[in-house]
Amino acid sequence: MEVENFSYDNKIVKQFAFATILWGLVGMLVGLWVALQFVYPWLNVIPQTTFGRLRPLHTNAVIFAFVGNGIFMGVYYSLQRLCKARMFNDTLSKIHFWGWQLIIVAAALTLPFGITSGKEYAELEWPIDIAIAIVWLVFGWNMFGTILKRRERHLYVGIWFYIATFVTVTLLHVVNSIELPVSLFKSYPVYAGVQDALVQWWYGHNAVAFFLTTPYLGLMYYFIPKAAERPVYSYRLSIIHFWALIFLYIWAGPHHLLYTALPDWAQSLGVVFSFMLIAPSWGGMINGLLTLRGAWDKVREDVVLKFMVVAITAYGMATFEGPMLSLKKINAVAHFTDWIVAHVHVGALGWNGFLTFGILYWLIPRIYRTPLYSKKLANVHFWLGSLGILFYAVPLYWAGFTQYLMWQEFTAEGFLKYPNFLETVTQLMPMYAMRAIGGVLYLSGFIIMAYNIIKTVKAGSLLENEAAQAAPLSNEEDGHKGEHWHRWIERRPVQLMLLSLVVVIIGGAVEMIPTFMIKSNIPTIASVKPYTPLELQGRDIYVREGCYTCHSQMVRPLRFDTERYGEYSKAGEFVYDHPFQWGSKRTGPDLARVGGKYPHSWHYNHMLDPTSMSPGSIMPQYAFLLDDALDTTTTAVKIRAMQTLGVPYPEGYDKIANKELMKQANEITESLKKDGVETANDREIIAVIAYLQRLGHDIKASHNTTNK
Amino acid sequence: MKFIHYLESISGIAIYPMISLSLFFLFFVALTIWALTVNKEHINEMKNIPFEKSNSNELFI
Repeated sequence: MEVENFSYDNKIVKQFAFATILWGLVGMLVGLWVALQFVYPWLNVIPQTTFGRLRPLHTNAVIFAFVGNGIFMGVYYSLQRLCKARMFNDTLSKIHFWGWQLIIVAAALTLPFGITSGKEYAELEWPIDIAIAIVWLVFGWNMFGTILKRRERHLYVGIWFYIATFVTVTLLHVVNSIELPVSLFKSYPVYAGVQDALVQWWYGHNAVAFFLTTPYLGLMYYFIPKAAERPVYSYRLSIIHFWALIFLYIWAGPHHLLYTALPDWAQSLGVVFSFMLIAPSWGGMINGLLTLRGAWDKVREDVVLKFMVVAITAYGMATFEGPMLSLKKINAVAHFTDWIVAHVHVGALGWNGFLTFGILYWLIPRIYRTPLYSKKLANVHFWLGSLGILFYAVPLYWAGFTQYLMWQEFTAEGFLKYPNFLETVTQLMPMYAMRAIGGVLYLSGFIIMAYNIIKTVKAGSLLENEAAQAAPLSNEEDGHKGEHWHRWIERRPVQLMLLSLVVVIIGGAVEMIPTFMIKSNIPTIASVKPYTPLELQGRDIYVREGCYTCHSQMVRPLRFDTERYGEYSKAGEFVYDHPFQWGSKRTGPDLARVGGKYPHSWHYNHMLDPTSMSPGSIMPQYAFLLDDALDTTTTAVKIRAMQTLGVPYPEGYDKIANKELMKQANEITESLKKDGVETANDREIIAVIAYLQRLGHDIKASHNTTNK
Repeated sequence: MKFIHYLESISGIAIYPMISLSLFFLFFVALTIWALTVNKEHINEMKNIPFEKSNSNELFI
């Protein structure tokens, strides 16, 4: 057989590697900034740097910019070698690279300005969503092109993980991003309330699964054997690992919504599948660790392997914790607390971060044809990073437990021991400070790595096109009659993709279709009415400011929740919520029943300076809401958009909406005046007050009517 | 007000978990049987794909 000469594209790998480092630095800096805001609330300085706007920037930067570029770096390096082929098309590689970077820049330029769809980990607005879809498809096209022109007949298990990643992320992104634009920078999701929550957490959970996990498992199956210079421990196990993982993961989303207004059967389904997930996850972890059997002496010497071992261990810890957290009893403790923040950071800092560092230290010297500048510095990075993870996670686990214990404690007389939520926050300050120290350690290690890599890059020279040789695939089928179906599929990427798609669609469909059918069955609560135009505008400001990053709107049917906040939340309450704002963390109290709890003037003063109403509060000041004028030019189009989405405003309501809006604004302004607060009636704060006072109002109204 | 009530009103809802369980079960039984019985030669071939000497990197460092 004639041998073909070709070359591997290392330049694109280099570009993605540099982008990984650059965005990692940005994402972690923002992370450190928001961590410090817990301790020094004055760091919220200007509107663009308030926690509610920066936190989505941090999560997006770390997930999609740092880890995203890390995925592409690893995939572009390993895919070419596993397929014995250059990337399908250099132009597509370039479009993919620059397109992805532009999306990241667009995110950085929109999120701090409050341009957000208000759905966690999917905050980017619709024009950027479209760009993501296009660039992602370019990546898929380039990947499949490469796979189709490969010179290796069988697809290595790493590639299966890449394929499953591509197909599932496409599905998740498209389904979760179906939204109705009302302007260039504003849209409403087509789903409302319970359905929006289910879709969002089906997406959110599987973004963890198929963006932070499966591609990195693919990388693990390539780079750990390479670094350890021995094949993977069990290829059999890796096959079972793959199918079990993608099959189970897609079902697990509802564990983010335990005790919420999501139907019970969907919650139970989520719990069962989450619990089963421990099997494939640990199968994968064991497979990774056992690959190093007989090579532990190398682990002591080789910093690359050290990083990888900690990465796999962190993966093992996080995937043990995940199923435990999905059990209802444990979830009642952990949900809405800092425990969850600790949990995700073990995954992000340990698994994704450390595997990325290991790959960078392994790969950069190889494509630059020079040894690493300093092994000593890499070791320093390793220890700083490891300590950073501990200093980050341990205080937050502690904080999580403390929060729960304080929230749920009752006195002997049956009253809440800490009725003032703020007490449970100020208690955590030392833990938040320690967490920030953990962040500093981790970031310092990262900066040392950046320096080390810059030095290495300067000492070497990039081998842009790396020559390689391989025989082309013959056309003749090496299959034979009676061949097993799995061997057959191992040679067929398109069929593999379709089978993966079927596998993930089953899970998604079984979860979602019944919930969508519920739409017609949802017990409508007669007193739940659409938002008034002013409340709708106020709600959009609430979304813009990312209030959901610290405040939930979901009272769970737990005694300590109902005692503190009032009646538990019902599915029927959220039918007009585009998007839902249940939140996932309570740095501040739940707001589902806050309406009517305080006078208008309390909210006014609280937004101006939270500590004036709640001494010791760490909430950012929202003085700008008192100064900025409410944009009422959008009211009509927003009302029409809501009508399109099925909110029953009367015909022609958009034309009188602003008149209604001013009427309500005047009432609030008058009421404020009585309490000695002078303000114009067209400020944003008026709309925010209107919205906050509406929260929970309808349920209270329904009680009043039934009681009569 | 219990969610179970509108669950019941979805016709044939019970079939969903049953379908999913059977699918899950059959698929993994087939997969496990295959994984345990597949010949060793094939496994070794697959395992060693990352180590095929086709690129010059292998000679370096």
